[in-house]
This record gives sequence, structure tokens and C-alpha cells, in this order.
Amino acid sequence: MDFERPIQELEKKISDMRDFSVGKSIELSGEIASLEQKLERLRTEIYSGLTRWQRVQLSRHPKRPHTLDYIKLIATDFIELHGDRGFADDKAMVGGLATIDGQQVMIVGQQKGRDTKQKLMRNFGMAHPEGYRKARRLFQLASRFHLPIVVLIDTPGAFPGIGAEERGQAEAIALNIQVMFTLKVPIVVVIIGEGASGGALGIGIGDRVLMMEYSWYSVISPEGCAAILWRDAAKAPEAAEALKPTADDLLALGIVDKIIPEPIGGAHNDPVQAAKIVKEEILNTLAELRPKPVDLLLDERLAKYRRMGEYHVL
Amino acid sequence: MEWFRKAKQGLAAQEKRNIPEGLWTKCDSCGEIIYTKKIETLLWVCPNCNYHFRISSRKYVALLLDGGRLDEKDNELLSGDPLKFRDSKKYLDRLEQARQKADSYEGVIAGIGEMGGIPISFAIMDFSFIGGSMGSVVGEKIARAIERAINGPMPLVIVSCSGGARMQEGILSLMQMAKTSALLAELAKKNQPYISILTNPTTAGVMASYASLGDVIIAEPKALLGFAGPRVIQQTIGQDLPEGFQSSEFFLEKGFLDKIVDRKDLRDTTIKLLAYLGGKPA
Ligand SMILES: [Zn+2]
Repeated sequence: MDFERPIQELEKKISDMRDFSVGKSIELSGEIASLEQKLERLRTEIYSGLTRWQRVQLSRHPKRPHTLDYIKLIATDFIELHGDRGFADDKAMVGGLATIDGQQVMIVGQQKGRDTKQKLMRNFGMAHPEGYRKARRLFQLASRFHLPIVVLIDTPGAFPGIGAEERGQAEAIALNIQVMFTLKVPIVVVIIGEGASGGALGIGIGDRVLMMEYSWYSVISPEGCAAILWRDAAKAPEAAEALKPTADDLLALGIVDKIIPEPIGGAHNDPVQAAKIVKEEILNTLAELRPKPVDLLLDERLAKYRRMGEYHVL
Repeated sequence: MEWFRKAKQGLAAQEKRNIPEGLWTKCDSCGEIIYTKKIETLLWVCPNCNYHFRISSRKYVALLLDGGRLDEKDNELLSGDPLKFRDSKKYLDRLEQARQKADSYEGVIAGIGEMGGIPISFAIMDFSFIGGSMGSVVGEKIARAIERAINGPMPLVIVSCSGGARMQEGILSLMQMAKTSALLAELAKKNQPYISILTNPTTAGVMASYASLGDVIIAEPKALLGFAGPRVIQQTIGQDLPEGFQSSEFFLEKGFLDKIVDRKDLRDTTIKLLAYLGGKPA
């Protein structure tokens, strides 16, 4: 990321100085320490002053942890389950049975790839209808067998393509949204990266919705919005400001329940620490939801979404 | 007809795909020139190719409901501007302009009417109001229409016509998909039918929520239906789209539509469906 360059330059300077001082009698530790303090200040300054567009870019950082990275770091056991039982196994949507701190849960989320080959295999985290139907199958399985559901959202959108339309992308998403209101187990949703539109909402109904500090969630991507309203995708930074898609924005709008702080500079700077924080938040939230009787849980879930929207009465 | 085409060219840009005024009307689909008085008697359907022109939501009220009567509800709900949104124009100005020229106060007209003597909760989206886009008010009015059906209890009929969620309300418009779908799950428990009628176009956020959740889903012929817009798909996959892609006929073929119904039969077909699915005359 462009805005991270001053940090990277300073980091290089420090490491060069370390290398240089090794095995020599020159004493540089004082200078190194002062540069490290400067680095810390620079990081805080840069990351606390990010624009909305820069935050969107951080959510897409090439090293940012993805769904399976988190599962690996927070679950002691994970049995991935595949397929929608109708058409195919969509690799942009993953899910399965997992144990987190001794608790059995169902985890479902979109999966992006890291290198080119994986990116193609995961279709850049853009699921087809069979992905949403796989998610639905796993949700319903969890509901029948009393397993709380953990959803990790990270998608630039549901895939817009010929096959996706032929197989009913709209119907798949609509039905998922509706079915999620009938699931008789607690649902904790965490937006870990990108939360683009119906593609995110299609697995995104939760009793609690948490957002990582550098994730975004909106009705359309800044690029998509810019292309339509500004007729120029290059106006994405303006669109990002206008859409107010960041975690702070959504908390202020009352759409999400909590922001999960990330290590300084973002989850990719310390994935282990990031996963530890996510795990604690999931466990705390589950502890809060588990004691609720099913009827109350479902009533509150409906009431939560019933309230959403802003209008005035003439 | 060269003289006609030339004369019309200047006007075409303004008139777009809405109902053209004037003595003669050109079919958007086949190009046939039709006497306007005649096409009016045909409910704005091309006699040559059966293309269904987009008509106003008020015309549907007249066409579908007994006596053309709708006891309108919730017209006092008006959009706010939760994001203080501004692109080339302020959202508040866009709303004001829409209110002045559209058929409705806010993207959808809803209320209680009767079809074949059966009381129903009815809602029809208004494309003339910012493309029928769904913001907080559209979502709330649809939600209340569903609640009227739940509380009646009575059947629900929604006529959709929308390009999707309203970008200017950001995440709040996305959440209207959740709100409406959640209430439809409640309606399903009441065993009251929901007939979803799709008209040209019904796409994106509306298609990916209540429009796709009807117990029976019917559409007018040759409507554009789908999740993503054709242009977005074309840009994503970098190839031309097949003929008839995302039309009503395509949706029927792929199994996501119960039936395609000509506009002239829309009322009778809906009444029959309601009668089969337990709708009781008052
Ligand atoms: Zn025609």
C-alpha cells in the first residue's frame, strides 16, 4: 500500500542498522531504539489517520488473513464439509465443523486465494449460487444438531456471471437470508475483510455482527458505486467517502454491534495476534448468546433487523 | 418511415423507455410504429412482438385491483439522508426532484385492496422514483405491507419493478433485504399466500430478496430479471451475453419462475392463484 511506504522505509533503515552493527564494535543500540520509537509513532499516526478508501485497501491487503487462515489459528479441529448436494462444490465458500476452545461450532465463510492459482480456484472469494446453497445446507445442519454458527465474511461480491444467473444467484441469496431467520442456534457474524453487498448478506444474518477494524461492508463496492454514480471507476476514493462503509461508520449507523481491534497496521502485521483477538470475541459473544432460549433468540434476531432503516414521518 | 425516425430522433433521448406521448409510438423491441390510441387499448403491449412497455404503478393499480381501488397506507413515510450522501448531486435534491415528477412519494405504493373480492395486502414498486430503488422507506413500506398480510391475515401481492438497492443509503438499503425477507419467513407461518409479480426490470437487491421469495412467482413477458446487471456481467466475463439472457423466458427455462403471464391476463391469473391458495372473499 502506498500509504505504508514511509513505515517500510523506516523499517528497512532500522534493519540495515542492525545488520551493520552485528559483529562490530560500534554501539548503535541507542540510535536503533530511538528509530524504533519513531517507527511506533509513525505507525500510530499513519494508521489512525487513514481515509475510508485507504481502509478499504487495507481490507484487501495481499497478506491479510483469509477465512481458512483464521480457522487454522482459532480452531483445534476442523472437518471441512463440501458441496451443495445439487450442482457442485463451490471453493469460494468454505465451511465445516470446528472446535474452538472445546466448543463445537459450524464455521462458514467466503475464501479468497493468495497466489494466482489459488485466486482462480477460489474465484477471488466470489461465490456462485452453489456456494450459497452449500452455506445454507451447513446452516441447517448446524440448526438441527444444536451447533452455534460462526460466519466469517470476506467477499468482493457474489459472482456476476452467466452460470451464476442460470443457476439463480438471486434466489440462492434471497432464500439464505430468509432461512437464516429460522435457524435455532446462535449466529455470530464477523466481517474479516470485504463485505460487498448481497454476496456478504447472503451468509450475513447474525444475532451479533462484529466487524474487524479494517474491514468494510456496504451495499456496493466503492468501485461499483463510482462506475454507476460518477460514471468513472477511478472515483472510488470519493465513492468510499460517500458510502461510509468502514467499521466505525457501521457502528455509528447501528448496523454492527462491535468493532474488533486489529494489531497496529492491520491483521496482516500479526495474524496470530489478530486471530487471538477474533477468537476471544467469538467466545465472549457465544457465551452471551448460548443461555438464551431459542424463542427469545429468534424474536430478538427478527427485531434487530426489523428496526434497521432511517426515515421520517411527515 | 424514414421521415418518422428522423422526426423522433430528437425526442428519443428525453423519452427513454418510458411511455412515449404523441400520436405514434415506436416499439422499443421490434421497432414497429403503432398508433398510440391503439396501443393504449392493448394495455401498452406491442401487437407485433408482445413487448410489454413499462407502465406506471398507478396503471397497475387500475388494472389489477377490484374497481382500481387501493386504500393507500404509509404515504407519510419519507426518506432521510442517513449518509449525507452526495455524488454529482445531493441525495436530498435527488429525492426532492423524484417526489415532484414520480407517481409515488417514495418508490413504492402500498395499501389494502381486493382482487376478485379477496382482500389483499398489495404493494407496487414505482420505477419512476429513482429507478424503483430500495432505500429505507421502500423497505419499511414493503415490511409494513407484509405485516398487514400477517396481521390480517390475508394474502400478499407485490409487483416488483426495481434496479435494486438504493446506493445513496449505503448499508441501510442493503439491510432492507434482510428486513423484508425476515418478515416473509413470518408470513409463511400464517399459511397466507404471497404472489410475487415481476415486471421489467427486477434485478439486484430486490430480486435477491422479496421478489424471489413468492410462494408463486409470475412475470410479464420479456422483462429483464436477474441478480447482476447485464453490463456488469459483460465487463466481468469479457464476452457477449447469449440472446435472451436474463429475460423472463430465460428465468422460466432455468426454473426460477412459475409462469409468464401477459399483462391482459395478470389480474385473472392472480385471482385464480389466490383462490387456489386459500384466499377468501370478504
Ligand atoms: Zn414490438
